[in-house]
Amino acid sequence: MGPDLVSDVQTLHTVLHRALEEPAEHWLELAIARCAADHAAITTLFPSARRACGGNPVPGWPDWSVDQAVRTRLLLALPLSGEALATTLSDLYHHGDSAERIAVLRALAPLDRHRRLGAAGLPLVRNALRTNDTRIIQAAMGPYAADHLENAAYRQGVLKCAFVGVPLDVVAGLWRRADQELGRMLNDLVRERRAAGRSIRPDVAAAALRLHHRPDPGQELGGEN
Amino acid sequence: MRIFDPHIHMSSRTTDDYEHMREAGIRAVVEPAFWMGQPRTSPATFIDYFDSLLGWEPYRASQFGVRHHCALALNPKEAEDPRCRDVLDLLPRYLVKDGVVAVGEVGYDSMTAAEEEAFQRQLDLAREFDLPVLVHTPHRDKIAGTRRSIDVLREAGLPPERVVIDHLNELTVAMVVEAGHWAGFSIYPETKMDERRMVALLLEYGVERMMVNSAADWGRSDPLKTREVGLAMLASGFSSHDVEALLWHNPAAFYGQSGRLQLDEPEAPAAGDFAGNTVMRGA
Repeated sequence: MGPDLVSDVQTLHTVLHRALEEPAEHWLELAIARCAADHAAITTLFPSARRACGGNPVPGWPDWSVDQAVRTRLLLALPLSGEALATTLSDLYHHGDSAERIAVLRALAPLDRHRRLGAAGLPLVRNALRTNDTRIIQAAMGPYAADHLENAAYRQGVLKCAFVGVPLDVVAGLWRRADQELGRMLNDLVRERRAAGRSIRPDVAAAALRLHHRPDPGQELGGEN
Repeated sequence: MRIFDPHIHMSSRTTDDYEHMREAGIRAVVEPAFWMGQPRTSPATFIDYFDSLLGWEPYRASQFGVRHHCALALNPKEAEDPRCRDVLDLLPRYLVKDGVVAVGEVGYDSMTAAEEEAFQRQLDLAREFDLPVLVHTPHRDKIAGTRRSIDVLREAGLPPERVVIDHLNELTVAMVVEAGHWAGFSIYPETKMDERRMVALLLEYGVERMMVNSAADWGRSDPLKTREVGLAMLASGFSSHDVEALLWHNPAAFYGQSGRLQLDEPEAPAAGDFAGNTVMRGA
């Protein structure tokens, strides 16, 4: 994988600076300043981000939409970290529409890296994995889930992706986290679908095959990531 | 025939309905917040409902190629219930969302003081959030209720073209047209208004500032009634231009006043196709 848009705040800031035109750029600068001065300001700024800045793909970073990147930038501007940050994230997520929830989920990894979020964002990932919205499920199974979800939940997350149609190649950390038990679960899914005479997505069949007799992580030397 | 149903309660409908609607030409809908048939018991259940209108329901609609927006409000009937009224304090948090294109349904059910207070407060919210308003008119004492709604709207000073007054009939349409509001009609299998009577009204009043909807919900109703109106219009000699104005351009213009209406084809869900989607609980 190439470098991540949000691997450092400066890259994100530069890319957004290039992507936005006036008056959106002015809106963002003002919004960043307001969020930095008072974390409560994000309550109204976060939902307005798309109308203010747009929702097209970020030039050069097609996996990200402008509104997702802008919302992530606002979260990084908050003078919060750790548990206090998680409280604000939870409030925004639970009062958010689908696009806002996806943005919160995508921001978890950079906030973990830059704002010491730790495992405090996991309840949101678990909530997202209980939905039936493939966009939200996909956002939940990002790098933050790969780093923090315990084994059983991670396996269930992957299986849910396989089940509802989220492509497995967008699941973060799959080959690093995959173990024998996940291999068994995916192979059972393939067997069930075969028995029912239903089609099997190529990415699911390939992952099931690859994990068929896979040793657990740590038992295999020189494995891929 | 390209159709925008400006008032339909899709949360009460099935995926079969979405399939039939798409086949019938329905490409966009607005789902206003209303009474669920079963009384709610707290503001928290309104939040779940708003979440659904902003999350799950547009997602479900997108899987069938239908654009879904919503109007949010405390409905007239539950405005009377003290257990629910505090939702008015939570509404501002939701009226700012991208998918909200109006405040509604507001208005009267039994014309009580509590209903009127909620009505007026929500007209203030519409002004604050720069949103159009969808006004429900009562099933009982409709003529008096419609007149009083127009009075309240006049006192609130909202521009009349930013308000649609809905569920009208032969006896209530004239005063709404005179006041300069949009006139809304719910076409039902038995009650309210049918397509034959609707065509008679269109012959008398024209199609300008008129909107028809199915208002389909959990009761006896038909989500394809908008198309029935279009067919009845064509059979009565209206041009396809008139039909398109009534069934598409009018609702697009009315809700377009919010600045938040998006009428391009819905984005494809991550799963990629209608056959492999989660609404079918996994392909």
